[in-house]
Amino acid sequence: MTNLVNTNINGDAVGFACEADETLLDALRNRVGLKGVKEGCGTGDCGACSVILDGTLVCSCLVLGMEVEGRTVETVEGLSNGAELHTLQSKFIEHAALQCGICTPGFLMAAKALLKNNPDPSEEEIRYALAGNLCRCTGYDKIVRAVQATAAELREA
Amino acid sequence: MTADTKFTGQTFKSVGTRPLRPDGIDKVTGRARYGADIDLPGQLVGSILRSPHPHAAIRAINTSKAEALQGVKAVITAADLPDLTNGNKELFDILDNCMARTHVYYDGHAVAAVAAVDAVTARKALKLIKVDYEILPHVTDVDEAVAPGAPVLHKKCFTQGVEPKPKKPSNIARRSEFGHGDVDAGFAKADVIIERTFRTEQTHQGYIEPHACVASISPDGSGELWVCTQGHFVFRQHCAELLGMDVSKLRVTPTEIGGGFGGKTHVWAEPVALALSRKANRPVKLVMSRDEVFRASGPTSATSIDIRIGVTKKGRITAGDATLRYTSGPYVGMWAELGAMTSFACYDMKHVRTVGLEVLVNRPKTTAYRAPSAPMAAFAVESVIDELAGRIGMDPVDLRIRNAAKKGTRSSYGPVYGPIGIGPTLKAAKEHPHMSAPLGENQGRGMACGFWFNFGGQTCTDLNIAPDGTVSLTVGTIDVGGARASLALVAAEELGIPYDQVRTVVGDTSTLGYNDMTDGSRGTFSSSMATIMSARNAISILKERAAKMWDIPVEKVIWEDGCAKAVGKKHGNLAPLSLAEIAEAAPNTGGPIAGHNELVADGAGVSFATHICDVEVDPETGRTQVVRYTVIQDAGKAVHPTYVEGQYQGGAAQGIGWALNEEYVYGDDGRLQNAGFLDYRIPVCSDLPMIDTQILEIPNPNHPYGIRGVGETSIVPPLAAIGNAVSNAFGVRMTHVPMSAPRILAALDEAQAAASEDVETA
Amino acid sequence: MAQHEVKLWSALRPFAQGESSVRIKARNIRELFARLEADYPGMVPLIRQGIAVSVDGTLYRDSWDTELPAGAEIFLLPRIQGG
Repeated sequence: MTNLVNTNINGDAVGFACEADETLLDALRNRVGLKGVKEGCGTGDCGACSVILDGTLVCSCLVLGMEVEGRTVETVEGLSNGAELHTLQSKFIEHAALQCGICTPGFLMAAKALLKNNPDPSEEEIRYALAGNLCRCTGYDKIVRAVQATAAELREA
Repeated sequence: MTADTKFTGQTFKSVGTRPLRPDGIDKVTGRARYGADIDLPGQLVGSILRSPHPHAAIRAINTSKAEALQGVKAVITAADLPDLTNGNKELFDILDNCMARTHVYYDGHAVAAVAAVDAVTARKALKLIKVDYEILPHVTDVDEAVAPGAPVLHKKCFTQGVEPKPKKPSNIARRSEFGHGDVDAGFAKADVIIERTFRTEQTHQGYIEPHACVASISPDGSGELWVCTQGHFVFRQHCAELLGMDVSKLRVTPTEIGGGFGGKTHVWAEPVALALSRKANRPVKLVMSRDEVFRASGPTSATSIDIRIGVTKKGRITAGDATLRYTSGPYVGMWAELGAMTSFACYDMKHVRTVGLEVLVNRPKTTAYRAPSAPMAAFAVESVIDELAGRIGMDPVDLRIRNAAKKGTRSSYGPVYGPIGIGPTLKAAKEHPHMSAPLGENQGRGMACGFWFNFGGQTCTDLNIAPDGTVSLTVGTIDVGGARASLALVAAEELGIPYDQVRTVVGDTSTLGYNDMTDGSRGTFSSSMATIMSARNAISILKERAAKMWDIPVEKVIWEDGCAKAVGKKHGNLAPLSLAEIAEAAPNTGGPIAGHNELVADGAGVSFATHICDVEVDPETGRTQVVRYTVIQDAGKAVHPTYVEGQYQGGAAQGIGWALNEEYVYGDDGRLQNAGFLDYRIPVCSDLPMIDTQILEIPNPNHPYGIRGVGETSIVPPLAAIGNAVSNAFGVRMTHVPMSAPRILAALDEAQAAASEDVETA
Repeated sequence: MAQHEVKLWSALRPFAQGESSVRIKARNIRELFARLEADYPGMVPLIRQGIAVSVDGTLYRDSWDTELPAGAEIFLLPRIQGG
């Protein structure tokens, strides 16, 4: 049975149809067309599908599409302000915090959620906050540095 | 190969700088399109039925119920992928692995596939396919597979490389041997000999993007394939051959690749997607689940290695002998052979022998994983070298320096080395502050060396000058780690223009000549060579055009700082012509301006690295944490140093995961028990420290800019470096990778028991 | 034309009566392979599959034009696979 879901995605009112057992990940990718949300495992282990739901970081593969009725969803597509990149996005490029880039949308959302709650995280706090997101290319070194640099810049702003 | 690929010692303006990568914006905004992000009108969803048995004969497959289900547009089995391989064994193995024919050889082996209007219907259809299996005895363990009485996978498998041919079939598909001298004589001169057996477990490349493709075959027999791959030309070749298509009629467009590390050098689901599309006459999208990636793509070998090394009291290695058993899945590979070639490659040895045995088991087909086969061999050799250093009371770095291979050394795999870089990495390690930093409680420090062959291969690039003087560079090697930025730097360097004026794209199979894959650390090495030659080709045309614009002889024109300049008394006062000015005049001077190049890039040169590692072991739980890590490696010339660091760090992190945690776990039933990232745990951010890097730049004499490949070697030393660090912390020798908490704890308990026994008897 | 002592890795040796090297007159890789195929027909399948040629320690693929300088050490090896 197909249901209609009304929600807010990246600041826009969005309606989409979805099956009762359809994940938010599939709905975002296949119904709404937000392909920046990536599937690496479908079981909540890799974090590539991370989105922010009502201010909380979630794996969209572990949330049903129908659960976002009346709520707000933030994805990587909504990070930048028009052509102006979010500081996290520019720092990730500057610090080469991505190689293949498949995990990048998830890391950006996880880092955004972290910095909202903790604007001055230690290296250890960053590493634990990002521990739910897998990256196989970088060894995380440059990702941690990009988040540190973002935090520093946002604190000054 | 022509002489002009030799290193010239030029100074650089662009190469060696760190500009932003061109693909960065798309990757941080979600616009970058990966394998699963491509959609075609009318596309169906493809899905594969996989064997739950590790070994069985297929008696019959009944697809009639699945075909009758509403929404199902095609069901295929091996009958729809007939054998067109014409005696080509390697290609037949690829075919048989993509779709099982008479037998299934591992848990996850494909037996049938469907294309349906949506994923739910496709899944339902798979459940309606009835496969009648005759279950056969199986073997998944490397040592059990070579033991007497083991179930034999292929009755026609008689070990190759053994004279005379064995009378009985076995699971040892091939034997290969390397070395020189007389190892018995060498061991006779040793004061200390250590002999040990090491085991390493099977690991997966663990790329975050599962294999994904969209295939579309038209009724006229032409086709298109969008796919995440490390080599779209190789995929085109294999798919066209397996489907009986003309190669040029299959256009393969590579998407962004979400990690590969060797695992995307091989076709798995792509021929199946094409066969489904051909039968359904609609485009078919096929995306593997994570479970399928683990069970049915191509992990690396599990190994068992016997090793023996002798040394004099003064620290000279007298002989080394190794027998290396590597699993290759159900089909023969060259994995043990590569282990045999690389194992002693770091050292100058008079007497050395290595024997590689390719072992068939009921596991997925082994595929390349970053410096394939070298890390396991290095684990065994570097562990014993460290132990020998301890036994003769010599510093392990000094022992390695004493025995390091150098120019003129006969390598353990055969040829005599030219100029090589292991000595400088060892010297840098000895002088590195990490080596003398104090250690905390329960901490140990280890180091190890690693070797890998880099290679080049067939390469083709186009460099097009746009009408406004900007440059579009089209390459045929997949960008896995920032190569588009590096190659734009190289084009900018050669043309003498700013980096921002060059845009690099990866062309599809119809836009360029054949290119080998991005493997063997060859992407930047090979394509930079072809890019330099393309740019030089374009410059000669630009000079001709400038001569025409000035109406002077072309011999009076030189190219400098991105401009054509007239030289000589008569013309020296002419104002230089910029690239933009020449491009603007192109319609009048002969039409579009472009440079092309096709070559077989050769002379990549071998690669060495030395790693230093500090670990902290919790003696209560055995949990081991890497607390400091340093990678030292020669890059020849680092084109974009930040991305070279990225390769060093990424390889080290994969090696750390392999050393401490990652392994395929098979049950007695021959089924994979941990086909997911929860139970196959790769390092997460909180597992690792910052990874320090030191880039050495010893120019490669066979590349115009001195560039070497940098992609693979950094995964080779970590297993041994970590093993040595654990040993140095607690005096236990770890011989089984991964050194997971239970294994470390068991080793600690054993050491403690032995120590208390000593006390009691004293 | 220079005569080279061409060293063989173990898989090629059975086709050369177990010898670890053979003597071949060749200016480049094309001539080397042509002579090997003529003198040791058992090597043909392996040569066709792809062989790496080490010239003074540097590995080359089987590109025919690659010259074999007089006195160079020529060593035939399997073609390597990489990740």
